[in-house]
Amino acid sequence: MFKLWSTILKDMRILTRDRLGLVFMFAMPIVLALVITAVQNSTFEMLNTNTVPMLICNRDSGEAGKQMQTAIEKVGMFSLKQVTPNVTDKEISDKMHSKDAVIAIIIPADFTQKLKLKADATAKKALKNFGMQTDKIIATDTGQIQPITLLYHPVLQESFRHSIQGALRSALQVVQNKEVLKSIYFAMNETALPDSLEQDLINSQVGIVEIPVSRDGSRNIPNASQHNVPAWTVFAMFFIVISLGGSVVREKLNGSFVRLKTLPTNYLVALISKQLSYLFITFIQATVVFSMGIWLFPFMGLPKLNLPADILGVIIVTLICGWCAVSYAIMIGVFAKTQEQANGIGAVSIVLMAAVGGLLVPSFAMPSSFTFVMKLSPLHWCLEAYYGLFLEGGKLKDVILNIIPLLGISFAIQLITLYGLKRKNLI
Amino acid sequence: MSNAAVRIKDLSFSYPRQSTSCFTHLNLEVLEGERFGLFGPNGAGKTTLMNCMTGLLKFSEGSIQLLGHEIAHHKKSINKLFGFVPQDFSFYQELSPAENLAFFGAWSGLQKSEIKYKTTELLEVMGLTEVRNKKVEQFSGGMKRRVNLAIGVIHNPRILFLDEPTVGVDVHTRHAIINYLKKLNEDGTTLIYTSHQLSEAEDLCNKVALIDDGKIIAHDTLNQLMIDHKEDGLEGLFINLTGKSYRNS
Repeated sequence: MFKLWSTILKDMRILTRDRLGLVFMFAMPIVLALVITAVQNSTFEMLNTNTVPMLICNRDSGEAGKQMQTAIEKVGMFSLKQVTPNVTDKEISDKMHSKDAVIAIIIPADFTQKLKLKADATAKKALKNFGMQTDKIIATDTGQIQPITLLYHPVLQESFRHSIQGALRSALQVVQNKEVLKSIYFAMNETALPDSLEQDLINSQVGIVEIPVSRDGSRNIPNASQHNVPAWTVFAMFFIVISLGGSVVREKLNGSFVRLKTLPTNYLVALISKQLSYLFITFIQATVVFSMGIWLFPFMGLPKLNLPADILGVIIVTLICGWCAVSYAIMIGVFAKTQEQANGIGAVSIVLMAAVGGLLVPSFAMPSSFTFVMKLSPLHWCLEAYYGLFLEGGKLKDVILNIIPLLGISFAIQLITLYGLKRKNLI
Repeated sequence: MSNAAVRIKDLSFSYPRQSTSCFTHLNLEVLEGERFGLFGPNGAGKTTLMNCMTGLLKFSEGSIQLLGHEIAHHKKSINKLFGFVPQDFSFYQELSPAENLAFFGAWSGLQKSEIKYKTTELLEVMGLTEVRNKKVEQFSGGMKRRVNLAIGVIHNPRILFLDEPTVGVDVHTRHAIINYLKKLNEDGTTLIYTSHQLSEAEDLCNKVALIDDGKIIAHDTLNQLMIDHKEDGLEGLFINLTGKSYRNS
C-alpha cells in the first residue's frame, strides 16, 4: 500500500507540475461545452423562440395573396419583410446573399384568380358528389396554378427547409380551404360566407400538445446544455489520452522505466496508480464542467444545466466513464512506440469513436450499417448513460443496460493492456 | 575463499529477429567485494551483458546467479539484492531529488522512516542538500549524475551495477563519485562497472574483464593482465587485445 501511495503521490506531483497539460485537460472541455452549447442554443432559439427572417414579394393584387401573407404571419415562425412586387427574382436573390433574409417567397401575379377558379372547380365537384347540381358556380378549366416560389439560402439545413415548407403548406392550405368553403357556401346559400363562420371553420383545428418523455415524470424541456454538457464532458474525459497516453510512453522511453524494471516492485503498481490518479482528474473534469453548466451558463445567457435527481447515479456513471477513458489511454500508451504515435492515434481514434458513438451525429440518425460499430464505441455507452440521467430524468437502475457494456469494454481494454505489457516484457 | 556475487554459466543470448548471437556459452564470475570493471569496444556486448545480469533482458540459454540466486525467471525479490545505475538519467526530471529518492526508495522496498534517513544521508553525501527541493530538470549534468547514483544505492544493495556512471561530468564530480564508490565497496558492496574512461577504471577497479564480439577475451586483476600482456596501462592493454580498427557495430 505504501508503494502505491508513493506512486500516486509521484504521479500527482508530475501531473500538477505540467501546467500546460492541466490547462489542456480542463480548458478544453470547458471551451468545447461552452462553444458547442452556445452554437446549438442559438439554433434551438432560432427554431423554437426566434423568428426566421423572410422576404415576401406579393405580385398578386387580389385577396388570396393578402390572405396568404396573413396566414404566413399567423404561423409565427417568420418575421416578414415586404418587397415591392416589381422587384425581380435576381434582386431578391441579391438581398438574400446580403443576409437580409435566409428565405423568400414570391406569390405569383394571378394567384387569387387561379386559386378562385380552382376552388370553384373543387366546390362544384364536391356538390356534384353530394347529388347537387348548381349553376351558381361557373367552373372553367383552371389550368395549373403557378406555384409559390420558395427561395432559400444554401446555409439552411434540409431538415429546417422541410419545416419551413411544412409551415408554408399549412398557410397555403388555410387560404385554399377558405376559398373552397366560400364557393360551396355561395353555391348553397347564394350569399357570401359570414365572417364569423369563416373564422370558426378556419380556426377549428385540433391543437397539439408537446410533452418531452422523461422517466421521472417531470416535463422539463431538454435544452442545449442538457444535450451538450454531458456529451462534451465524455469527449474531454477520453481526450485525456493525450496526457496519459503520452505519460506512459514518456515513462517507457526515458530511463526511469529501465530502473523501475530492476526494482523489486511490479510495474502493475505504476499502472494502478496512473488509473487512480487520472480517474481523479476525469472526475474533477466532469465536476468542473457540470458546475459551469449549472452556475456559469445562466450568466452567459445560456440555459442552465439541470442535474438529475439521482446524484449518486451521476457520480457512479462519471467514475465508470472516467475509468474507461483512463483504461483506453493507458492501452494506447502501452502499445505506442513514440509520444507522437500515442498522441496521433489517441486523438484520431477518440474523434472517430465520438463520431460513430453519437457525439457528433445523433445515434438515431446513424445508418443501420453503423449500428454494430456504434455499439463498440465506449463513448456511445457513456453518452447513452448520461442522456438517460440528464435528458430522460432516469435513475442509475434505468441506465444499467448502458453501464454493463461500458464495463465490459473497459475490462476488455484492461486485458488487452495486460497482454501488451506481457508481450513487451513489462510485467 | 569469497563467494561469487555474480556467476554466469554458458550464457547465450541473441536479440529477437537477429540471426547472430550476442553471446554464446559465455562464462564469468565476479566475487563478492570486488570492484569489477567490464570493458570493451562499442558494440562488444557490455551493456547487453549488464542488462542480462540485471534481468532487463531475458536470455535463452545458460544461467546467471546473483549471490547464489538464479535470475532466469527474474523473480522480483532478487531485485532487492542489487542496485542499478544506468547510463541514461533514470529518474523523473519534474521531481526534486528528495521526491525522486522517496519514490524510488518505496519501490526498492524501504519503509517511510528508512527513506527519510537514507534521503538525508545521500543528499548530504552527494552535496545536494541545498537543492533537495528543486526540480532536477534545473540541475547541471554533474548534479543529475549524482542524483542518478543516489537513487541506485538508496536501498543499500549488495551488488551495484554501474553503466558509465561518470559520463559527461567534470573532474570534481568524477572524483566525488569514484571516492563514494570506493567507500561503498569498503562497506561491502560489490561493484560491477563499465566505462570508456580507462584512467578512471584503473583507479577504481581491482579486477577487470575485456569483452569483444560477445566473448570474454581477458579476465584477471589489472596488475596480472598488464604483466601477462607486457603493458603498463589499461589503455595499452585494451588496444593490444582488441586492435586499433574502428568498430561499426
